[in-house]
Amino acid sequence: MHEFLQQVFSGFSTGAIYASLALALVMIYRSTELVNFAQGEMAMFSTYIAWTLVSAGLPFWLAFLATLTISFIGGMAIERIVIRPVENAPVLAAVVVTIGLLLIFNSVAGWIYSYTVQDFPSPFHDRPLLGALMTTRDLGVIAVTLVMLVLLFCFFRFTTTGLAMRAAAQNPASARLCGIPVGRMLAIGWGLAAAIGAIAGIMVAPVLFLDPNMMGGVLLYAFAGALLGGIASPIGAVVGGLIVGVTENLVGTYLIASQLKLTVALILIIIVLVVRPNGLFGTATVRRV
Amino acid sequence: MAPILTLNGVKAFYGQSEVLHGIDVAVEEGGMTVLLGANGAGKTTALRAICGVVRSDGEIMFAGKPLHGRSTEEIAALGIAHVPEGRGTFVGLTVEENLRLGAYTRRGRPDAGMGRMYGYFPILAERRRQQAGALSGGEQQMLAIARALMMAPRLLVLDEPSFGLAPRIVEDIFVIIERIRREERVSVLLVEQNAALALELSDHAYLIETGYVVASGTAKQLADDPQIRRSYLG
Repeated sequence: MHEFLQQVFSGFSTGAIYASLALALVMIYRSTELVNFAQGEMAMFSTYIAWTLVSAGLPFWLAFLATLTISFIGGMAIERIVIRPVENAPVLAAVVVTIGLLLIFNSVAGWIYSYTVQDFPSPFHDRPLLGALMTTRDLGVIAVTLVMLVLLFCFFRFTTTGLAMRAAAQNPASARLCGIPVGRMLAIGWGLAAAIGAIAGIMVAPVLFLDPNMMGGVLLYAFAGALLGGIASPIGAVVGGLIVGVTENLVGTYLIASQLKLTVALILIIIVLVVRPNGLFGTATVRRV
Repeated sequence: MAPILTLNGVKAFYGQSEVLHGIDVAVEEGGMTVLLGANGAGKTTALRAICGVVRSDGEIMFAGKPLHGRSTEEIAALGIAHVPEGRGTFVGLTVEENLRLGAYTRRGRPDAGMGRMYGYFPILAERRRQQAGALSGGEQQMLAIARALMMAPRLLVLDEPSFGLAPRIVEDIFVIIERIRREERVSVLLVEQNAALALELSDHAYLIETGYVVASGTAKQLADDPQIRRSYLG
């Protein structure tokens, strides 16, 4: 029983990371109906920026905030420079652009930082808590994720810009008539998604160690989480990410060899697509033609 | 009175095809002007051209400023509030959030305007926390007008406010539009299928057929025109 609970808690901690990245995917999907395959590599690149800043001697949390700011600006720049030109192109063109971004970020990171695996400092000491049920690191990751979710919720719920972003995602034509600059809202959405991804990358790097391919598996779990929750639902992304984290941990401990853990994500994706394509929190959209 | 909005030889296009072939329209400051015509005549397109939603050619002047080359959101910020066909409601947001969005260009405190809107439309106050998609058609039309007025516009552009509503509700809505025009000192440009009702309330009217203005004058002139009576007033 003790071991089981241990696995559940540590599942929550990894699940929180998947949930963050899934949330980043959902944010972009909701505003542009585009799945950003580069989300993981963008997060990886952000993590390298954080690593550079920490290595240069910056205190961890200062480097953390600086990285979020840089990622936000970088995300906005990506939207402006490479996504906007394909805004009205067929979806496949935009998807190919995000796959291109994935390759570019991966190669550029390899070129600058090399493919050697780096140690990434953890801001939380790994001490056991509650009779070794969980560690301070698990608790820290969950706390950071929670703070981020509360801040995001307040931003979208209570600020004019947050409200305008929701309006622009829901009905861009009408939003323009209200005087809302829809293009700027999309750019802010990309910026936020990049910053959320950066948090996921920084939280996961102490466990996975830092290398340009670090986020490949994480992105797959995040996809599974986002699909499980419903690709257009932010709450779904968070719940889905947590479920995937716990499931992955339990299945990896009790059922199959941990080398096969990644297949859990793929199996989940397939099951969701077959059984409930709109996910747990998604609603079916009916398009009139 | 000087016109607040003038269209001079305005053409409009969907892709390659020209659907407005150079129309002249003027909206008097503080007045109500109606565009009449059959389905597909180009009335909605004329409104879209004003708001920069479709590609257009020719001169459109609003309060002394040319609108050509401006984006839709810039035109809105100049003071043109457009309630589009289908009302443009943000169905997933609450009534109050819809109204807050209307005040987006003003940035200041939207609360004062909101109180006034709840005065015109008490039902919206009752439903302020509900999802806008759950409102009835008439309530959604009220919300759309209220949202547009939150912008404190100089020109209110309404595309078929009667669409899909029961006759009694249509009358209510037009009574309130007329009251708002006087009390808010806003000019109104209206597209309407219900010609009899629209001519009763408007000062000026234009009849559009297949992309041309074929008749124009005071609402009374058009209402008395025998041919228009036959074709549009039954």
